[in-house]
Amino acid sequence: MMAEKKGIGAHLGGHLRENGMMMALVAIVAFFTIIVKVVLDVDFLSAQNITNLFLQNSYVIIMALGMLLVIVAGHIDLSVGSVVGFTGAVAAVLTVNLDWPVIAVVPTCLLVGFVIGAAQGYWIAYWRIPSFIVTLAGMLVFRGLTLWLLNGQNIGPFPKTFQSLSTGFIPDLFAVGKPNVTAIVVVALAAAVVIWLGWRARNRDAEFGIEPEPMVIFAIRNAVVAAALMFVGYKLASFRGLPNVVVILSILTVLYAFFTENTTTGRRIYALGGNEKAAKLSGIKTDRLVFLTFCNMGVLAALAGMIVAARLNSSTPKAGGGFELDVIAAVFIGGASMSGGVGKIIGVVVGALIMGVMNNGMSILGIGIDYQQVIKGLVLLAAVIFDVYNKNK
Amino acid sequence: MTTLLEMRGISKVFPGVRALDHVNLQVEAGEIHAICGENGAGKSTLMKVLSGIYPHGSYEGEILYDGATLMNRSISDSEAKGIIIIHQELALVPLLSIAENLFLGNEVAKNGVINWPQTFQKTETLLAKVGLAEAPTTKVEKLGVGKQQLIEIAKALAKDVRLLILDEPTAALQENDSQKLLDLLLELKAQGITSILISHKLNEINRVADRITIIRDGASVSTLTRAEITEDRIIRDMVGRDMAHRYPDRTPDIGETLLEVSGWNVWHPEQKGRQMIRDAGFTVAKGEIVGIAGLMGAGRTELAMSLFGHSYGTNISGSVKVGGKPVDTSTVAKAVSAGLSYVTEDRKALGLVLDEPIVRNITLANLMGVSKRGVLDKRRETQVAEGYRSAMAIRTPGVFQKVVNLSGGNQQKVVLSKWLFTDPQVLILDEPTRGIDVGAKFEIYSIMNDLAAQGRGVVMISSEMPELLGMCDRIYVMNEGRIVGELSRAEASQERIMALILKDSGKAA
Repeated sequence: MMAEKKGIGAHLGGHLRENGMMMALVAIVAFFTIIVKVVLDVDFLSAQNITNLFLQNSYVIIMALGMLLVIVAGHIDLSVGSVVGFTGAVAAVLTVNLDWPVIAVVPTCLLVGFVIGAAQGYWIAYWRIPSFIVTLAGMLVFRGLTLWLLNGQNIGPFPKTFQSLSTGFIPDLFAVGKPNVTAIVVVALAAAVVIWLGWRARNRDAEFGIEPEPMVIFAIRNAVVAAALMFVGYKLASFRGLPNVVVILSILTVLYAFFTENTTTGRRIYALGGNEKAAKLSGIKTDRLVFLTFCNMGVLAALAGMIVAARLNSSTPKAGGGFELDVIAAVFIGGASMSGGVGKIIGVVVGALIMGVMNNGMSILGIGIDYQQVIKGLVLLAAVIFDVYNKNK
Repeated sequence: MTTLLEMRGISKVFPGVRALDHVNLQVEAGEIHAICGENGAGKSTLMKVLSGIYPHGSYEGEILYDGATLMNRSISDSEAKGIIIIHQELALVPLLSIAENLFLGNEVAKNGVINWPQTFQKTETLLAKVGLAEAPTTKVEKLGVGKQQLIEIAKALAKDVRLLILDEPTAALQENDSQKLLDLLLELKAQGITSILISHKLNEINRVADRITIIRDGASVSTLTRAEITEDRIIRDMVGRDMAHRYPDRTPDIGETLLEVSGWNVWHPEQKGRQMIRDAGFTVAKGEIVGIAGLMGAGRTELAMSLFGHSYGTNISGSVKVGGKPVDTSTVAKAVSAGLSYVTEDRKALGLVLDEPIVRNITLANLMGVSKRGVLDKRRETQVAEGYRSAMAIRTPGVFQKVVNLSGGNQQKVVLSKWLFTDPQVLILDEPTRGIDVGAKFEIYSIMNDLAAQGRGVVMISSEMPELLGMCDRIYVMNEGRIVGELSRAEASQERIMALILKDSGKAA
């Protein structure tokens, strides 16, 4: 029973949200490129700035992946900023004060993050204490513990190996130098895979009798994505190559996208967020799933904590302050629903990039932190209003 | 008699759907006018047009009320004219008192300061009118659904109602509460209040309605006067065909015992020392449909849910055997792998993830069946869902539709598909036809018969006795948490079931 063919306009209308976010990102990038050029005569899309963009925002994207699962499950985690600070402090104490090797510090910090997530998830999942309260408490507790652990002071600098977590680059395997051929090859492969996966999904839709998106839109969308990827790849290659962080980020994004869309556990988290009671009566261990999403969040926050510490090359008591808000904002801008059950990884990544590009662009323009906060707040509000408006229409 | 309300040629279009197509409705002053139609026929949409939820201008056609054209922009407009709608889902605030609820948004106040003595006094008068003796300060959450329904009516009376619209008011009520409500409607009629009653229950319509308008597929089919009302005629107009038999034919082929429950005891999850199920035991055989009858609160749902993964109650004890072997049903997953399935009474709240598509709902209880090492095979998943869509005749453009957009009957088929995909030996169906229209009921009955014919055991919990009598090979009667009797198909009758319940209640008293 095929639905009758809809026009291109109707299709765009139906998928306004998904395509709209992409278009918004492109528009915002274009906006800053022009303004920065006109006002300061500086290239916004310079190799260095693109590299910076990723280095500055990697931790938000990484945590947003975990936060999406938490929010899809119908919860929230306010403690991630403090956990970032705390795990950074743990890393500093272990490497700088106790001279642990980096190879031991990284897993230890991830374990610390896991334990923190488990400690909070336990009360949320098994005692049914609202996650807002448990993680608000966690936010205070781990901020306090960070201060205590660092004795109120900065600890640093980190050894080179630890720093490379954030500031390192993948060496050029082809040994050409500049441009970095490895980076170009990797990005080209990634673009090819994206197109191939899109094509496969499109064919599968057709086979299932879902009306596929019109060929024109499919072609344009993929051309834009591929071009953007290649452009970014080329720029990165002409600077210092692929940052380690970008590699970590990309692998995690792909893993989480696969997890949420193609695994039974991922599917169950969505069902749990959509209707917990129905999920439970379908034999799903909802408590354990909630517990695990918080454990996962803890591990990702710990990873982000180490990346932040490595980037600053020291651990400070204030590290990670307010990160939770950026992360949560990215998830909601990316289309997740406050009531749970809805949201996609790709949306969250785009949401985080929108926030990141705005932070970066406004900083370059020298806009004060006061205006920046106001503008970011309004963007979040606008994105969610857009969602609600679309839903009610 | 004068005409109070006339709706002429009402059409309402939603994107892609024509929900109403030139519907006409004429209601005389002082009558009880029933509206009947299958789920999705357009009854609720019509009432939303009337009450201003869909404002003037968003629909075609004309509404004359009291001789003048009605141009509601919102619910408050229609309420100001005395048109008050009581929805199926009650709009009371459980934590507020009766008095606060009655005058919510309509407070007895001067300059925003509430006059409590007067509020309480008025509340008592209104409560007396609807036959309630509760204190005005009682919190609404302490009242049963039946009394809450009466509070809703009292609330309408507080607003000087002239036209009262009730959307399936008795759907969640048990027999005696329903009777009270219908009596009240007749009383209000004597006081000159006009009512529109939307109902599926033909016996109620027979009892109180003066006239009945039947709506099918968004169009008004016929308006019958009291003299013309017969069940057969109503059913024929509703479904557009004759329904010679309300229950599909079936020749039972009953085999050996499949499920055997004995010595089942369950305590209330919160109130200590309150035993909900006492020493219950029953059996179901291959190919058998077994009914569980009882009044609301008899413990039928509690029995089923406690059996199914201990989803209800604490301190559960007793033994469950499937195919002669003792099984552990202490978690839902264990119960499912032991071969049990439970289709809940409350589809929307407990059975479905409403915002997810059909396909995801169907595979939810058995994701293992469409995955390998935790990775979903979406092609296979879609094939499975498509298979059930055609086998169950789920009416939808595709399995990627969200279930929230389906009618009650189709939603129930999705829930049944979900459980069939776990390949259960015994299915426990809790009120499987609640809120489902006549045509879809027949389909659900046929599905149940098919299940039995496949050699599965079916347990049917129902508050509608004719349905139990029409479908079941054996009927257990429950009262106050105990199984108080067992009747074979030949022995069973409404009178005998009621007699068993009353005799037992008499003993306890």
